[in-house]
Amino acid sequence: MAQSMRPNTLLRNLNAKIAAMPMIITVLVIFVGCTIWTVVHSFTKSRMLPKLEFIGFDQYERLWGTSRWLISIENLFIYGICSLVLSLVIGFVLAALLDQKIRFENTLRSIILFPFALSFVVTGLIWQWILNPDLGIQSVVRDLGWTSFAFDPLYNPDIVIYGVLIAGIWQGSGLIMVLMLAGLRGIDEDIWNASRIDGIPKWKTYLFIVIPMMKPVFVTAIVLITSGIVKVYDLIVAQTNGGPGIASEVPAKYVMDSMFLKQNLGQGFAASTMMLLCVLIILIPYAYLEFGGKRNGK
Amino acid sequence: MVNNHIVPNGPKPKSIFTARNIMLYGTLFVVAIYYILPLYVMIVTSLKGMPEIRLGNIFAPPLEVTFQPWVKAWSTACTGLNCDGLSRGFWNSVQILIPSVVLSIIIASVNGYALVNWKFKGSEVFFAVLLFGAFIPYQVMIYPIVILLREMGLMGSLWGLVLVHTVFGMPILTLLFRNYFSSVPEELFKAARIDGAGFWGIYFRIMLPMAVPIFVVAMILQVTGIWNDFLFGVIYTKPDIYPMTVQLNNIVNSVQGVKEYNVNMAATLLTGLVPLVLYFVSGKLFVRGIAAGAVKG
Repeated sequence: MAQSMRPNTLLRNLNAKIAAMPMIITVLVIFVGCTIWTVVHSFTKSRMLPKLEFIGFDQYERLWGTSRWLISIENLFIYGICSLVLSLVIGFVLAALLDQKIRFENTLRSIILFPFALSFVVTGLIWQWILNPDLGIQSVVRDLGWTSFAFDPLYNPDIVIYGVLIAGIWQGSGLIMVLMLAGLRGIDEDIWNASRIDGIPKWKTYLFIVIPMMKPVFVTAIVLITSGIVKVYDLIVAQTNGGPGIASEVPAKYVMDSMFLKQNLGQGFAASTMMLLCVLIILIPYAYLEFGGKRNGK
Repeated sequence: MVNNHIVPNGPKPKSIFTARNIMLYGTLFVVAIYYILPLYVMIVTSLKGMPEIRLGNIFAPPLEVTFQPWVKAWSTACTGLNCDGLSRGFWNSVQILIPSVVLSIIIASVNGYALVNWKFKGSEVFFAVLLFGAFIPYQVMIYPIVILLREMGLMGSLWGLVLVHTVFGMPILTLLFRNYFSSVPEELFKAARIDGAGFWGIYFRIMLPMAVPIFVVAMILQVTGIWNDFLFGVIYTKPDIYPMTVQLNNIVNSVQGVKEYNVNMAATLLTGLVPLVLYFVSGKLFVRGIAAGAVKG
């Protein structure tokens, strides 16, 4: 009896299953299958072609012994921390300023958000031009009479990553501002009235009452910014192409170059597995807080 | 009797020039400059001739306006052996964009609808993994996808790229549609079922007409996302069919020849034009789209 029931349960709701087929295939083949494939192959000695000849952690040892990878990680770290802090601070401050019942709010919001519509390639190329030392900002300031003025981040290996940061913030902070603004608009007017009656200064209200209330918005913003940071690739390719030398390399570019330029697949797989690990380290506590917490609450 | 003393009535009018307002608008003005200046510099540079760029200041408006750089960027700028300008990349991007947007939205909308109204065993688990997949760095999956596409004979073709865009657009679009359809009252769905409508009948006659705004949001999201893509374009296509972003990068960052900054800026503006126009035309809907894209989960 049970066996004759089986095709029935499989066929039940068939249309929905057909409709969900692309999702099922994507999940199984791409998100699960391809990820496992790459992780497994990171333990092999694949070079030009992938092959299943396991060599343990050799690729990882080589990876962490490569100066280019170490620089990539360092850059990601600097870029990541700065971009996280700056995006949050700038996003929140701008949202708070726009929330003061000002005129031209819509115009200002459009101006701050528009770079987000542009691609990283376009962003990188714009800022490459503005930061051009011979014709860009540096030369303009020098022509004004301050001849010793130096601002050439894209040609100085020590600070090149900050040059990229300026462009990254320009492109992405508008989004954070919009999120924060939505969060601020969700705060009850009574909270403000109560704090005004109690004579609490405005900045204190923001710092100790409003920000703690906006925790979910901040969590979303942090997850959004960090998952974007790990993916940084096009911006670097367009703005500096990793230069000067290897001073602005990032992990995503290391992976791409190993796989498609240097024919060194094993290194690419190992490096991309490290990137995955980075994301998991951020994502698992978040998922735990978000979903584990809810389940406990129920 | 003439009343000589007009007693003021109502609240005292506030002066606009308070210290607070000057600070506030001053700060906002500086901020606005930071965001708008790069766009201004691009436009100004693209309208100057090269001699003027070499001598002058990047912020100065052009003394002599020329559209030559725009013409050159569009129709004669070189990448490698091809010298037919960005127009080639533009049409490639259009050809990639249209099927990708249509296909991904059809799949995601039907999928979102099935996830809300026709749950089956395991559907929620698949959806959770799908959302989780949105956070996996693309670099982890790109190489196996190269192999898959090669096996299917789609590597280096337009349709291969369309498929990739459809797959990677799925998490966010499905979420968008699922959230929208779950806000539709269930009674409506039940009533239609009692009347004998099936899966597709309800989708086409009830859900689709109601979901027009969310289709527009999804379209905005996908058009900007796919138009701005660089990574997938550079991996899964070949030079003849490179999308506009890839071609732009090749034109501007090519090492050969003298750098023509005005042509480069015109090319950059041309590439940015499609999403920019979409942004300024769609206004609030764009914000809604990215907010939906931002708040995952």
